[in-house]
Amino acid sequence: MAFLEIDHVSKYFPSHTGDGQVCIFKDVTIKIDKGEFVTTIGHSGCGKTTLLNIIAGLETMSEGGIILSGKEVSGPGLDRMVVFQTFSLMPWMTVFQNIRLAVKAAYPDWDREKIATHVHKYVDLVGLKGSETKRPTALSGGMKQRVGLARAFSIEPKVLLLDEPFAQIDALTRGVIQEELIQMWNTTRNTVFMVTHDVDEAILLSDRIMLMTNGPSARIAEIVDVTIPRPRSRETVIEHPHYYKIRNHIIHFLVRHAKHGTGGDGGPPDQPVSEAPLEVNFERDSLMLR
Amino acid sequence: MSGGRGNPWLISGFLLVVFLLAWHFFTLRAAFDPRGLTEDQLQMMEFNGDIDRTADGGYVWNPEKEKVKGVPGPLAVLDKARIELGEAFVKKGTNDHGIAYLVLYTVSRFAAGFLAASVVAIMLGVLLGLNKVLFRAVNPYIQILKPISPLAWMPLLLYTVKDPKWTAVLVVFMAALWPTLATTAFGVNSLRKDYLHVAAILQLSWFKRLYKVILPGAAPTIVNGLRISFGSALVAVVPAEMLLGELGVGYLSWIEWNNLDISGVIFAILVVGVVGVILDSGFNKLAGLVTYQE
Ligand SMILES: Nc1ncnc2c1ncn2[C@@H]1O[C@H](COP(=O)(O)OP(=O)(O)OP(=O)(O)O)[C@@H](O)[C@H]1O
Ligand SMILES: [Mg+2]
Repeated sequence: MAFLEIDHVSKYFPSHTGDGQVCIFKDVTIKIDKGEFVTTIGHSGCGKTTLLNIIAGLETMSEGGIILSGKEVSGPGLDRMVVFQTFSLMPWMTVFQNIRLAVKAAYPDWDREKIATHVHKYVDLVGLKGSETKRPTALSGGMKQRVGLARAFSIEPKVLLLDEPFAQIDALTRGVIQEELIQMWNTTRNTVFMVTHDVDEAILLSDRIMLMTNGPSARIAEIVDVTIPRPRSRETVIEHPHYYKIRNHIIHFLVRHAKHGTGGDGGPPDQPVSEAPLEVNFERDSLMLR
Repeated sequence: MSGGRGNPWLISGFLLVVFLLAWHFFTLRAAFDPRGLTEDQLQMMEFNGDIDRTADGGYVWNPEKEKVKGVPGPLAVLDKARIELGEAFVKKGTNDHGIAYLVLYTVSRFAAGFLAASVVAIMLGVLLGLNKVLFRAVNPYIQILKPISPLAWMPLLLYTVKDPKWTAVLVVFMAALWPTLATTAFGVNSLRKDYLHVAAILQLSWFKRLYKVILPGAAPTIVNGLRISFGSALVAVVPAEMLLGELGVGYLSWIEWNNLDISGVIFAILVVGVVGVILDSGFNKLAGLVTYQE
């Protein structure tokens, strides 16, 4: 049985007009193995954050279920930590206090000293030694998200949920933090579910990439295997023969779906939405490229 | 224009001197001039108490009557202040306590009402801020009750609690309640969802959620509400004392008016101002401790 199983999850919101409901996405199904890094890409508004929040337990699903290591997920918990797009550090706490809040919550019976050591370990890991007593206001966007990552890793969750973690960070810093993330993930091997707009970021970090069609009634149309061996780095990854194949494939998919409201390859909008996602693997089959 | 150069203290001091001099000269009355008055007229005026005969046979305005003629000048007020401050710690009778006692009574009355109102308003505000349905249900009543002048409650409060001492505290309480309540509810309600999400993931107990996340997160907004409450409570305490006859600086101003001692009234006004400034700066110090920048 898979480690994290998302089974026919659908989400409806009440429509703006009052009566009836809008389907945001329907029948999202994927099995994620322990230690796997899975990324979802889709256009803005297709429901990526909603899906991530449902996995986190911060939002309820309308249909379906999620099973994490054999247990059904209901509500938020310390086994699924989110790294937020907006960092979500408490601005009234210092860097140290922000991470300590999480560590204290995760390990309630540790003593002060053990907690402090643990916090310092993760502060060092993201290269923020010396900034422990600073407040988030005094940090750059990149440093804030480093704190967010340190806080998430520090509670050693079963699943790490990253919601466009680098979207608000300038391109140069983004590359650096992406590599730091790879290094941290290499040592911990958490299961990661990430949402992003950035195709290069997705290829660099992921094992599999889920491609989501546009909403309403979005669905997972394809799941692309990133057939590039690890360890990866930003320089080496682009030299792999599959890199541009995967990249072009994803970009073509996104361009095809850029027109709002079309559910698939220009087909009728009311085509059956529950059809299983196409599995794309360039190693197995190079004919997938259209 | 040099635009922002110069010492503001110097300008403040200059303005004060200009004001005091203007005050002094506009309230100055010419010395009594007996020329053109017959002996009979002078005797009549002395008999009426308008003028006094001095030892050397001349006449001056009667200083007792001068006190209520026109507005007293700064020197008269200074004189009054010297006397009042000289006996600041003297209790002459049940209703005649030194100024230090009066300030103490007003400040403690104010503090009791303000603190009680703040605690109640913050607790209710957090409750309403966390529960949208409850907030919507209660909000119309808050909107109706908020604009009512706290003094308007006084007859009802006096009738209900009977005791003027507690009525004065309750008037301050009513004055301080609504602004804090409304802003706390708003601040908690508009707290970034992310913070509550973090608290939910970390499975913080409701108590920890309250004092680690909700209260500090809403603190800047709550402090703004407290500041408004503070001002409105300070404004309410003076007339409450006047109307209820409770000893305090507001009462002082009223009693001096009854004594027709205008210098005393001006002195009382100044004391109210000074007490306000001191309380306000104390409040700002506290506020600075709990607010943060986004
Ligand atoms: N509480 C809500 N009530 C009604 N509709 C909502 C609610 N939350 C989100 N939606 C709608 O659901 C859709 C998906 O939102 P979501 O934030 O998940 O998109 P997203 O894919 O993360 O977009 P982005 O890439 O811009 O972050 C949007 O159309 C949004 O308007
Ligand atoms: Mg989003």
